[in-house]
Amino acid sequence: MVKVVFTQNLQRHVACPETIVEAASVREALEAVFAANPRARGYVLDDQSQLRRHMAIFVDGRLIRDRAGLSDPVEESSTVAVFQALSGG
Amino acid sequence: MGDKLLVSTRKGFFEVDRVAGRWQIGATHFLGDNVSIALADQRDGRRYVALDHGHFGVKLHRSNADGWEEIAAPQYPAKPEGHTEHDMWGRPLEWTTARIWALVPGGSDEPGTLWCGTLPGGLFRSRDHGTSWEIVEALWRHPKRTMWMGGGADLPGLHSVIVDQHNSRRVFIAVSTGGIWLTEDGGESWSQRGEGMRADHVPPELTHDPIAQDVHRLVQCPAAPDRMWVQHHNGIFVSNDEARTFTEIDPARVVSTFGFGVAVHPRDPDTAWFVPEIKDEKRIPSDGKLVVTRTRDGGKTFETLTEGLPQSHAYDVVYRHALALDDSGTRLAIGSTTGGLWVSENQGDSWSTVSHTLPPIYAVTFA
Repeated sequence: MVKVVFTQNLQRHVACPETIVEAASVREALEAVFAANPRARGYVLDDQSQLRRHMAIFVDGRLIRDRAGLSDPVEESSTVAVFQALSGG
Repeated sequence: MGDKLLVSTRKGFFEVDRVAGRWQIGATHFLGDNVSIALADQRDGRRYVALDHGHFGVKLHRSNADGWEEIAAPQYPAKPEGHTEHDMWGRPLEWTTARIWALVPGGSDEPGTLWCGTLPGGLFRSRDHGTSWEIVEALWRHPKRTMWMGGGADLPGLHSVIVDQHNSRRVFIAVSTGGIWLTEDGGESWSQRGEGMRADHVPPELTHDPIAQDVHRLVQCPAAPDRMWVQHHNGIFVSNDEARTFTEIDPARVVSTFGFGVAVHPRDPDTAWFVPEIKDEKRIPSDGKLVVTRTRDGGKTFETLTEGLPQSHAYDVVYRHALALDDSGTRLAIGSTTGGLWVSENQGDSWSTVSHTLPPIYAVTFA
């Protein structure tokens, strides 16, 4: 099972508790979370369902590469961390 | 007569109330958040606030009995497979809402309808008080839309929306930069207006092209809709035929040709207000003096109004949505980039200071 965690700064706008999902990719992990928490989607993904420009996602501590398709694979025991990039100011 | 001001700032949303003849800051909302614009819909009393959360994107909130509720934000359609489009800098143009820059009610005969202008140029319409939005496809897919360019921002910005008071299917918009556009069929088709404007920031072939015009703000006199005023990047222009053609105000008559906002009296088309700044590359008040200018004769002459406004070392810039006039045509308000807020109750003859210390102000409106 994959663990998905969100930056604390997001919780002020929309509650995003740590969630355990079944997924083989970052996209699948996020879609599983958003299916139960649809308001969170627009805070993480843009209008084209790509990662927002100043957001960052780490899988087990490594930045993902596919910010548009979110196809980076995740393992059974992975942690997907949705954070802010400092580039956003 | 407007007794309440709504002030959108870089760090929150403020209500300013007239109490015993004095204007004072009242309720505050969304403190710390970036509020790009707000709407007080006089048809039903609802209020709408557009927030830009930076990392987390652009959001919209609507007032309700309990306070505020988040509603859908305008969302651009999915880019067609293989579609490529670049901004004026050669970067891929992202079809995603970068800022909400206009929030305007539809006509009195369409109570749930709202219009929303955005960066990078999309116009959206809601028919259910903002619960859902759809992009106006005919404008977004218009072949000339891709010729719009950035103005004050990197991306084209749709900042002015004017709904014809007698025919809600007629809607004017203005874009920085992209000029003035009109639909007469509720958004199904669009045509460009604005002959006669002049852009001095483009090569001669484009100088008089209506699409090249950097309209900073477009307003229409409700009682005399043929009369429209434009504060443009390099001039003030006036139209007597609903923006088909414009005449430039002689630059020698004004403090500066540059500015952002313009307001026109609701019943007297010849009376209009402006907030001049040193043009373009500086964008500060001339000689450190914040002034408002007023014409009462359709632009033949302008008065410079200073009483109550700072006349020494003032570096306040008043953005395009931060010059407000109430429905009576008597009360005005201006809010500045350095957090100054002033109100006039006599058409600008004199001003009183509400605050010098608000966050940078983006928009002011009477409620």
